[in-house]
Amino acid sequence: MSDPTPDGTDTTPTAKDDPVVPTAWGVPVVESGGQTVLHPPVDRWLETVKACRDDGFCMAIDLVAVDYSAHPGRTDLPPGIEPERFEVVASLISHASGRRVRLRTQVPEHDPVVPSLFDLFPGTEAMEREAWDLVGVAFDGHPDPTRILLPEDWEGHPLRRDVAMGRIPVQFRDAPAVR
Amino acid sequence: MADELVDADSGPDSGTGTDLGSAERVCRRDETSAVLRLSEAEAAVLAGGPDDPPAGDTSDQRMILNMGPSHPSTHGVLRLLLEMEGETVLRSKPVIGYLHTGMEKTAEDLTYLQGPTNVTRMDYAAPLFSELAFSLAVENLLDLEIPPRATWIRMLMCELNRVSSHLLFQATNGMDLGAVSMMIYGWREREEVLRFFEKVTGLRMNHNYIRPGGVAADLPEGWQADVRRLLDLIPPRLDEYDTLLTGQPIFRERLQGVGVMNPAEALALSATGPILRSTGYAWDLRRDEPYLAYDEVEFDVIVGTHGDAFDRYAIRLNEIRESLRIVEQILDLMPGGDFRAQDKKVTPPPRSRIDESMEALIHHFKIFTEGFHVPEGETYAAVESPRGEVGCYLVSDGGPKPYRMHIRGPSFVNLQTLPHLMEGGLIADGVAVISSVDPIMGEVDR
Repeated sequence: MSDPTPDGTDTTPTAKDDPVVPTAWGVPVVESGGQTVLHPPVDRWLETVKACRDDGFCMAIDLVAVDYSAHPGRTDLPPGIEPERFEVVASLISHASGRRVRLRTQVPEHDPVVPSLFDLFPGTEAMEREAWDLVGVAFDGHPDPTRILLPEDWEGHPLRRDVAMGRIPVQFRDAPAVR
Repeated sequence: MADELVDADSGPDSGTGTDLGSAERVCRRDETSAVLRLSEAEAAVLAGGPDDPPAGDTSDQRMILNMGPSHPSTHGVLRLLLEMEGETVLRSKPVIGYLHTGMEKTAEDLTYLQGPTNVTRMDYAAPLFSELAFSLAVENLLDLEIPPRATWIRMLMCELNRVSSHLLFQATNGMDLGAVSMMIYGWREREEVLRFFEKVTGLRMNHNYIRPGGVAADLPEGWQADVRRLLDLIPPRLDEYDTLLTGQPIFRERLQGVGVMNPAEALALSATGPILRSTGYAWDLRRDEPYLAYDEVEFDVIVGTHGDAFDRYAIRLNEIRESLRIVEQILDLMPGGDFRAQDKKVTPPPRSRIDESMEALIHHFKIFTEGFHVPEGETYAAVESPRGEVGCYLVSDGGPKPYRMHIRGPSFVNLQTLPHLMEGGLIADGVAVISSVDPIMGEVDR
């Protein structure tokens, strides 16, 4: 239902308006400040990480989950990648080529589950436990899906944006009463 | 499953073409693994209490022993669940979180200028490295170039911080192994370095000195003499440590062959720093991914051979010598100029301008209350701390505070090697292993 522009061309998106997204290991890739960032969908998470590992990325240096619910309308995703509430970010490093890649996958709020990288990189065990503990993204196939930093009976996941910052009220001696 | 395991050790190559060994030992996920994957509640039932004998079959003499969180050899509040058979450790699990104060959540409520105050409290033995990683990440997002003098001051302070951190390790390592006099000596030399820090930053620890845009203040008058004094003072003391510990048969017996790991296992567990290098795998971000100006100074990357606790001790001792070598070069190469970027958006105006200009006062006020805005985006910056790679993953939504700030603490990740290093050893060796991993709990729990 788009109106034709004065010169008669149609504004419906065409292949010409849609820039070709470069891909690497079969998933969209962007350069962000000189760093390579891959955007695999969550169902291709394991196979992308495995492809990277087979290409010499020998170490999973970091894994972190982010809750984007307080940041709508972000602009740093390549076309074709739908933003979701959660994102899991893994950083891999290749010692042979001295390169790093970062993989960001969008995880929907209604099903916050990502396959565990334990079988590829056992070193992600603690990082995935931390992501579950603090942000509440579960890792399917994790050998020890327990909390790591918070007590076992803790309820909720404090790094979600809908959890308020904890505060301890401070009562100063001789302070005037609240007016 | 078996295919996966064989796969894992055919992966990386250190570039030297040497055999990295097999990572199979650390990839196990069933009950043969060195990691005791029990929840605390399950462990409590198994361990039982004085009036409550442990449940289940006890004829195999196995027991669950709880070590910590308040134990002198656990470097703070590390707690270990140990599955023991007699004196032998079968499986174990580090239980952490006793020092968790939600610093990543706190970071979301602090401006970028306040950020270093927060992250400096993570690794309190090497606070400047977290500040540096955070500042580099912010500068990445701002696309901000910092002046050469700021870069070199950062390098000087970080190398001295590496010295003080490794001296602390020498002290606590000695103490854990029963060489209590070493504790006094290590602390004594560390204090000399901290005294210099106090002169430069105003504080012995938690400096908040490296900030986005440069450093908080220029080096004080006469800093060269102070650094030269350290360069004269520390090396002979290191030779004394050699006499006291390195060549001493009892000390060597206590450490050699204890807590052994091969390069493939260290890589699989994402271990960095002295733990990875002790296996003979030369990987140091200062050399392999030079940041600041590390490509302009000469130093050697120290590696071990056996991957045992003794190698980790020796690596740290010799890294002190290499750091002092770098500091000596920095003395000659330190450039003049500004100690922070002269970008009006990020840098507050100099103190003298505030007295004479209303605009400068407002500008100063705005930077310290609202903070400066950082363009939307995400980035990761990594530096080589005394314990390995400390990284900062930073997400900005374009506002004056980080949307998400995550510190990749090397101690947090390195702690995963503990069950594998302790497996099959004696509980007394476990103390030596914990000490050789050198975890700083502030950074583990954040």
